[in-house]
Amino acid sequence: MADVAVSAPVTVVNRRFRSLRPLLREPRVVWAGGFLIALALVAIFAPWIAPKDPLEQDLMMASLPPIGFEGYEPGYYLGTDDLGRDVLSRIIFGARIALTVSLVAASLAGLIGSLLGLASGWYRGWTDRIVSRLVDIWMSFPPVLLSVLLVAVMGAGLHSVIIAIAIIDWTRFSRVVRAETLAQSSLDYVTAAEAIGFSRRHILWREILPNVAPVIIALLSLEMGIAVIVEAILSFVGLSISSDAPTWGGMVAQGRQVLHESWWVLVFPLVTLFATVLAFNLLGNGLRNALDPVMRR
Amino acid sequence: MTPPLVSIEALSASSVREGGTPVLRDVSLTLERGEVRGLVGESGAGKSTIAKALLGILPETIRITGGWLRFEGRDLLTMPSGELRAMRGRDITLIPQDPQTALNPARTIEAQLTDGLRMKLGLRGTALHARAIELLEEVQIREPDRVLRSYPHQLSGGMRQRILIAAAFAPGPKLVVADEPTTALDVTVQKEILRLMRRMQERHGTAVIFVTHDLGVVAKVCDSVTLLYAGKVIEAGTTADVIERPQHAYTKALIAAGPRYDRPGQGLEPVPEAIFRQLRAELAGTAAKGAP
Repeated sequence: MADVAVSAPVTVVNRRFRSLRPLLREPRVVWAGGFLIALALVAIFAPWIAPKDPLEQDLMMASLPPIGFEGYEPGYYLGTDDLGRDVLSRIIFGARIALTVSLVAASLAGLIGSLLGLASGWYRGWTDRIVSRLVDIWMSFPPVLLSVLLVAVMGAGLHSVIIAIAIIDWTRFSRVVRAETLAQSSLDYVTAAEAIGFSRRHILWREILPNVAPVIIALLSLEMGIAVIVEAILSFVGLSISSDAPTWGGMVAQGRQVLHESWWVLVFPLVTLFATVLAFNLLGNGLRNALDPVMRR
Repeated sequence: MTPPLVSIEALSASSVREGGTPVLRDVSLTLERGEVRGLVGESGAGKSTIAKALLGILPETIRITGGWLRFEGRDLLTMPSGELRAMRGRDITLIPQDPQTALNPARTIEAQLTDGLRMKLGLRGTALHARAIELLEEVQIREPDRVLRSYPHQLSGGMRQRILIAAAFAPGPKLVVADEPTTALDVTVQKEILRLMRRMQERHGTAVIFVTHDLGVVAKVCDSVTLLYAGKVIEAGTTADVIERPQHAYTKALIAAGPRYDRPGQGLEPVPEAIFRQLRAELAGTAAKGAP
């Protein structure tokens, strides 16, 4: 109790940031979040950061090894692929696509899934019955197969990839948010709000949603990691944007063919992919941990 | 002659789910202005159903099948929903059962304490803040400024219950429904909270319906008591009458079952099975009478 007795003048800024403090105490959130922010900055400022043009081919510079290996050419830090394109620059520009897809797709999936989950958990009855059956049906499709099928139908391209991920993965949000909404709606504060005479809708948005939000935030982070993987899978099989464009999955596919001559074309994008997905997962789990005790002790 | 504040007449209700099991059977009671009435019974006796019906928050699984529920002479069951909603939270307020969950963990105390004042009385800004501080002082919370900025998890259970009491009395209601407000608290805090409720009630002249399963609590705070079993009124009267001269065998057994601090070694006697048999026979009797 004593630690709450904040000394006299608490500024507005101070108060706003107090809610961040438990987050910063969670190392997973700090490290994974820091990595992802750095990655986002690299993606945003890619044209200024990347040492070379990611699309420029130069057959004179083909299959150069990375820094520290024999035959290294200064300026091509992570080497070049068989067409002479700079691997580092392609990874940097690939981050743009990976992060855009994960952000937009996860937000879309989160929006659709959370809305349906809130509605079915709060209004129950036929709304719940319809949404729950829909989720059951959805979950019985193998997700990767479904995404390949969807993109094949809609045609390859960034939009199709994003839409496919949102269409497939809203169920993750819907199930968890529904369960959390059900749990919250049985608590006494909801009864108290009803007794004051607040409308059902007001209670859902103003009383229940703030308590479900931490779960949604944690899920968003996990979902962004999944979206990165799905995008990589789709570009690996050539269903994302044109094979010329720098995508991590596309680079892995290309690197697979030249693995014995130039391993770096495969390994570096793969490591980046791995680190990014790991960071999203750690951040998601860390957020769930950090937000939980504050919200419902 | 003004009608009593609350008059419940032959109220019956049944559960939709469990094949229409009766939840309330012909319950009648009246409550005058400023009266504190205990509603006593074991779990499932229907005491919470009456409380929820008064607040208009009955779950969909319970349906009223007959009778009247009048507040200041007007039937709450047939009142247009708009009027009912305006009245809820202003004329009739609730003190919820569990202070652990009765405050929203994601909202500050100030926001929750002032919900009723904002929505029902239209208070805003500095007037609202000043009133919030006044309310906390009235329930003897020190450092009201700090408490208003806090979130529920930063406060103790007793503190939270005080805040809930302050919130319930805030809009100046005519009736406060207290749904087992001390059940989740430990005994010493319980005593303080009971004393506080009684004081608030006397100061504001508010009528209180006090739902509880504890006859000891009733003896401390209630003017009158209605004892329920399986949705039927078993005994009703002033607290002194019911506790000192119980008429029904069940009431006698319940009083005997309570702990006796003055005579250790006595009390804590379970209600004899014969009395439950008698109660069931009485219930069967009323059911048969009610059938066409």
